[in-house]
Amino acid sequence: MADPMKIRAAMKGDVCEIRVLMSHAMETGMRKDSDGKTIPAHFIQTLTVALNGKAVVSGQAAPSVSRNPVFGFKVKGAKSGDKVTVSWVDNKGDKRSDEATVA
Amino acid sequence: MDMIRRTVLKGASATGVLAGLLAAGVLKPTLAYASDWNKAAFEAKDPDTALKAIGAEGGSANKDLVMKAPDIAENGAVVPVDVTSNIPNTTSLSILVLKNASPLASHFEFANGANADVAVRLKVGETSIIRAIAKADGKFYNAQKEVKVTVGGCGG
Repeated sequence: MADPMKIRAAMKGDVCEIRVLMSHAMETGMRKDSDGKTIPAHFIQTLTVALNGKAVVSGQAAPSVSRNPVFGFKVKGAKSGDKVTVSWVDNKGDKRSDEATVA
Repeated sequence: MDMIRRTVLKGASATGVLAGLLAAGVLKPTLAYASDWNKAAFEAKDPDTALKAIGAEGGSANKDLVMKAPDIAENGAVVPVDVTSNIPNTTSLSILVLKNASPLASHFEFANGANADVAVRLKVGETSIIRAIAKADGKFYNAQKEVKVTVGGCGG
């Protein structure tokens, strides 16, 4: 399983700002290594952000999202102490889910 | 007698594993909402095909859809793009890098109070227009910006 995500969620006015840093190679499948062999594609395909277990954002990503991707979202109706869960699945079926509490 | 015990143990361990997975959040039922990856859209080689595959269209330009991206990106591997839709009832946002080999970079759907606001970092292979498409009330709107890239972000 991949390294844990870094999730930061904080209230700014009445909007909860969520920032997520995922640890992932995000290989495009177009790069070549020093021997000229193509490095196989390996990237996050789907991600979900849930607030207290209710999905708020569901996203799909292409390999053109940067290595170690950072995503920022804003959610209304959250409050301090709420639970934010972020999960992703990559093209090799690897997955990761992490939680944070709204500050 | 022994056989029954064995079956019971087997069953118990199987449910135990399942409960463990649930607890670890691997099989969280509430998160089954995550949409499947749209292979056709993400592997499309031109923007129109990609949009069609994801059920969107080019739409019309709208100033309430705001995209922030740098004018010049020194490093094409990490180009911060920030898209905010102030159009009411925006339910999804798609971001495309028109010159990339596969233009569609990401697609987001919003529900349960999420603002149509996304910040991502993209790889941009060469100087290209980055275009955001918003869907609101079944209509499509776009905003775009050209980002000049000095060092490409795709390939070695």
